[in-house]
Amino acid sequence: MASHHSRFQAAHHAARTVFGRVTSFATVLALTSAALPPLVVAQGVAQGISQAQPSNLSGAWVSPPTNNVLERLEGPFTDDWTGMPMNAAGQALAQSYSAGMLAEPERVCQLYGQFHYANGAVGTRLTIWPVVEGSTDEIVAWKIDKTEDIGGLTIWVDGRQAPSKYANHTREAFTTGHWKGNMLVAYTTGMKSAPARDNGAFYSDQATMTSTFIPHNGNLLVVVTSLHDPVYFTKPYVYSRAYERAAADTAINPRWPPCIVNYEGVAEGVVPFFLPGKNPLRDQMMKVFHVPEYASVGGEDTMFPAFRDKLKDEYLKLYPSFPKHCMQYCTTFRNGNPVANQALPEERVPPLKSSP
Amino acid sequence: MKQVSVMRNPVMNGTAPVALALLVSLTAQTLAHAQGRRGAGGPPPSAQAAAPVDFTGYWESMVTDEDWVYRMVTPRPGDSAGVPLKTIGLQVMDTWDPAKDTAAGQQCKSYGAPTIMRVPGHLHVTWQDEQTLKIDTDAGQQTRLLHFDDSDAHQGPKSLQGYSVAQWEFQRPPGRVAATAKPLWGALKVTTTDLTAGYLRKNGIPYSEQAQLQEYFDLVKDSPDDDGETLMILTSTVIDPVYLFEPFVTDENFLKLPGDAGWKPSACSAMW
Repeated sequence: MASHHSRFQAAHHAARTVFGRVTSFATVLALTSAALPPLVVAQGVAQGISQAQPSNLSGAWVSPPTNNVLERLEGPFTDDWTGMPMNAAGQALAQSYSAGMLAEPERVCQLYGQFHYANGAVGTRLTIWPVVEGSTDEIVAWKIDKTEDIGGLTIWVDGRQAPSKYANHTREAFTTGHWKGNMLVAYTTGMKSAPARDNGAFYSDQATMTSTFIPHNGNLLVVVTSLHDPVYFTKPYVYSRAYERAAADTAINPRWPPCIVNYEGVAEGVVPFFLPGKNPLRDQMMKVFHVPEYASVGGEDTMFPAFRDKLKDEYLKLYPSFPKHCMQYCTTFRNGNPVANQALPEERVPPLKSSP
Repeated sequence: MKQVSVMRNPVMNGTAPVALALLVSLTAQTLAHAQGRRGAGGPPPSAQAAAPVDFTGYWESMVTDEDWVYRMVTPRPGDSAGVPLKTIGLQVMDTWDPAKDTAAGQQCKSYGAPTIMRVPGHLHVTWQDEQTLKIDTDAGQQTRLLHFDDSDAHQGPKSLQGYSVAQWEFQRPPGRVAATAKPLWGALKVTTTDLTAGYLRKNGIPYSEQAQLQEYFDLVKDSPDDDGETLMILTSTVIDPVYLFEPFVTDENFLKLPGDAGWKPSACSAMW
């Protein structure tokens, strides 16, 4: 979990100069925009570029650090599969997972499947730009890079066909897209098996992914990702995340070294894993959040409100015994930066001068 | 028109930005012109008639992300992880006493507009009239009214659900099209003010009467064609100068249901 934290901080400070030369375009755009009639209307209208490319997704985007804090900073708990529609096979695979397996040379990049842009620490900062071709600079694809990855997501919008289903699956996979009004809808196939959550919740190489990019007012981008997997999921795993437009000089560095895994002390030829029922970290959700194992193992029913009825009596019975102050995993934010230590009142961050 | 920024990159040569800017210019003029024509021939259509997408029907929360421990169960005492809470907010949170809230008839403080859409449950969305979209919840049995006609805004007292002003965002096909042409895309933007104080989470994380809520409602499919399940994606931003350092932004997902199956009205609870 500590590696997630350091990764976040490193990404936060990395690469501030890659996209520095935007002045000329901004000037051109400002001049053309100045000549336009204002789009102030009673019931709003979306902006557009052309019929073929109705929206401009280009830019640096940062997800506000207020959603999914456990995934983004501390990293997901070793046994937190709550809200994931995994079937029995998916649950068994997740419970056998040992993070040490990522130290094996052949698995060192396995963390970075295409779904990974949607969630986790690596997906908190996106850089998007159009790929153009030909003498008319026709946009043939949209490229999405995220923190700490290589290859990114290339969404082909030029109508090209996906490779045969028998083609070799790759980590880059293959993604086509089409515009639905202001939304870009992308469909990814040919993926390799990878985690949907960084704690062993894998999807298979039969999975497909539908991503919808929805810009609002030029400064907000909503990304919705649905992961369909006939092997390990019983329903699509839907994940959404909001992004705000960021200054160009905060764009991520696409040359960030990929697939860095700390040495875990795994000897050559050893595949770290846990036998069924032997994972010693299966009780973390109970210890920290008082969530029983029948909930933490996930499954379709944990996604929906009715599941609360199963938990209610047992959970509320325990509640009076919980510590009165948050002692672990209490990270919050101030000015966009993580503030971890708020466990005890006397240790809390001082108020800003402007605070009442 | 918001400025669109495009970053320079290896595939973005010197001519591309100019071409892109001209396209923005031409299309924006087309859209602006279309808007001007729409109102010229008579009164604008009602919000219901102008709806570019249909949010009506029954919806069920899908809690699929790592905020599960803050939504599906009552969060731990003192746990404000992810919330940019000022010290004064932390101090108020420390005073949370659900028994006291219940005794004071304040058990609905975690069902106000900034929170109610994150409470796992079902929504029933209907048109109350041609200018007002209504959202009923089974959890806490709350009703939100989204006003497209805001002429009576700021006239009533503050309330748990506040006063919500709604606005369609939409995009018609480019070119010479009728004002009644079906939009290519649409979304709903809602701004809520006039709130009474409440809780952002069940464990007493406060928001003040000065809080404002901004929401975007989007409809998507969970597959690339139109055959998949319909999802409503809500992006919420709570701004509170009293208790929050910065905006509190969250996402919520809802699954469209064919009917009222699962609709289970329950009273507000200060503890669950």
